[in-house]
Amino acid sequence: MQLTVEQVRKIAHLARLHLTDEEVELFAGQLTNILDYVDVLKELDTTGVPETNQVTGLTNVLREDVVAQDLCKPDELLECSPLPKDKHQIKTKRVI
Amino acid sequence: MTDLHWLTIAEVHEGLKAKKFSSKDLVDSSYARIKATDGKLHNFLTLTEDHAYARAALADKKIAAGEEILPLEGVPAGMKDLFNTRGIRSTCSSKMLENFVPPYESTATQRLLDNGYVLLGKNNLDQFACGASTETSAFGPSLNPWNPEYVPGGSSGGSTSAVAAGQVYFALGTDTGGSIRQPASLSGCVGLKVTYGRVSRFGVTAMASSWDTVGPFARTAQDAAIIMNAIAGPDKFDSTTPQVEVPDYTANLAKGVKGLRIGVPKEYFAEGVEQEVRDAVMAAVKEYEKMGAIISEISLPMTKYGVAVYYVTMPGELSTNLSRYDGIRFGHKPDGEVADLIDYYKRSRGEGFGSEIKRRIMVGTFVLSAGYADAYYKQAQRARTLIIQDFDRAFKEVDVMMAPTSPTPAFKVGEKAANPLAMYLADALTIPPSAAGIPGISIPCGFSSKGLPIGLQIMGPMWSESLILQTAAAFEQVTDWGKMRPKI
Repeated sequence: MQLTVEQVRKIAHLARLHLTDEEVELFAGQLTNILDYVDVLKELDTTGVPETNQVTGLTNVLREDVVAQDLCKPDELLECSPLPKDKHQIKTKRVI
Repeated sequence: MTDLHWLTIAEVHEGLKAKKFSSKDLVDSSYARIKATDGKLHNFLTLTEDHAYARAALADKKIAAGEEILPLEGVPAGMKDLFNTRGIRSTCSSKMLENFVPPYESTATQRLLDNGYVLLGKNNLDQFACGASTETSAFGPSLNPWNPEYVPGGSSGGSTSAVAAGQVYFALGTDTGGSIRQPASLSGCVGLKVTYGRVSRFGVTAMASSWDTVGPFARTAQDAAIIMNAIAGPDKFDSTTPQVEVPDYTANLAKGVKGLRIGVPKEYFAEGVEQEVRDAVMAAVKEYEKMGAIISEISLPMTKYGVAVYYVTMPGELSTNLSRYDGIRFGHKPDGEVADLIDYYKRSRGEGFGSEIKRRIMVGTFVLSAGYADAYYKQAQRARTLIIQDFDRAFKEVDVMMAPTSPTPAFKVGEKAANPLAMYLADALTIPPSAAGIPGISIPCGFSSKGLPIGLQIMGPMWSESLILQTAAAFEQVTDWGKMRPKI
């Protein structure tokens, strides 16, 4: 499958990635090569074969809905942000 | 005392108990070794000297007071910089997390702390564990202790090089498609990839959640077993860790392999696997036959689809996991002015992620996008089922399987860096067992004509780590490959 420069730009937008023009050109070629390689899977007849989403068969692993702060405190998490804080919240660019 | 750095964990433990040396002596020796060799090897991104000496003092105090110490107590180690260590910079070898200091500890490293280990520093890796050489690290590659013109393998290459070079006694890494076994093979140490779910991934940066595992690097199977005793088992913070009993992994190490049924999958010796590698692995299989194991050739016909399955499903999961890096709660703040919030995200990610990460995010976003998900992602998940069925069938006939870990010994720095697909094929023999979630170990079994290590991969059914370690230990009893040390 040949990916065009326009398709690469569209995928980059979906992935929220800023790419330079050089990267767009490079990835158009490299992604095409990778997709051509994985096309080998198309030769497999997988009719009736279930999809594997996980390998241990665990389902509905639940715990009590109890708030715990034994790993770290909220303000320690806020410290990880590179943005300014105000009243225990992170200040970002306006959303809407 | 000059060769203190080549002792095994088991020997260190005996020496500490007998007061032949202190934990502080070990830390001194390790840092001296790191200072003498890491200018060449570049295995460490961060050294944690204050922390290490404080931890060593704790162990030494217990020993001086005549208290019992645990097998890992006072033992210096490295740590792949993908593990979050509280208060210690954890970068994933990326610009995105260059200054990230996590406020909490991963479960695996917390269990090591509870067992008294001494962290010396954080090891280099391929950025966000994406690569097979450490060359995608934002801080430059680590190098192979046997010949620094060559890569140590990846993604956990900084840790395997550190263990093989005698800088640390052990380390932890992660294996998604081969990132423990492949670098262990290329660097010449022991690396155990566990059953999916055997060790908690909590606090370890996620790559592909249905594949990721955490496991140990050491210089012997016994040492790997000692580490497993500390880290294995269910964790309330990782819902993918089943309630499967944790055995004493050191219990069966001396039991040998008489009567063990070993399968040799012919597809793992196919074109693309170097003759020297085939010869070394088959010589190892012969050793097992001499010890009384029963050898048979088997077939895993789905092997050739492994890399394709991986390079569809892994990028899909990776692109989803890495969407959390938006530079808001943590991560890279874009340089210069940004237009709006969307632009902020794009520039944070565009500047913070290296080329290989962007490439995988792009592939993953594409294979999950509307109109393509069925043809690519779901087809790959169905093919993954067929790979699992391959292994299920084979393990009805044999107890373990033996094969090369990597198709080639270490390659030169730069040799594959410009060709992503060539790099992806470096994991062709470790990906299929990862797809099935089964455990595997890589142990040294020979050297190439260029003097580079070759690894033997031993695979077993789900939850068979104990048998795999027993099998590996038997080989160490009759050969000296694991005792060879690089001249660095």
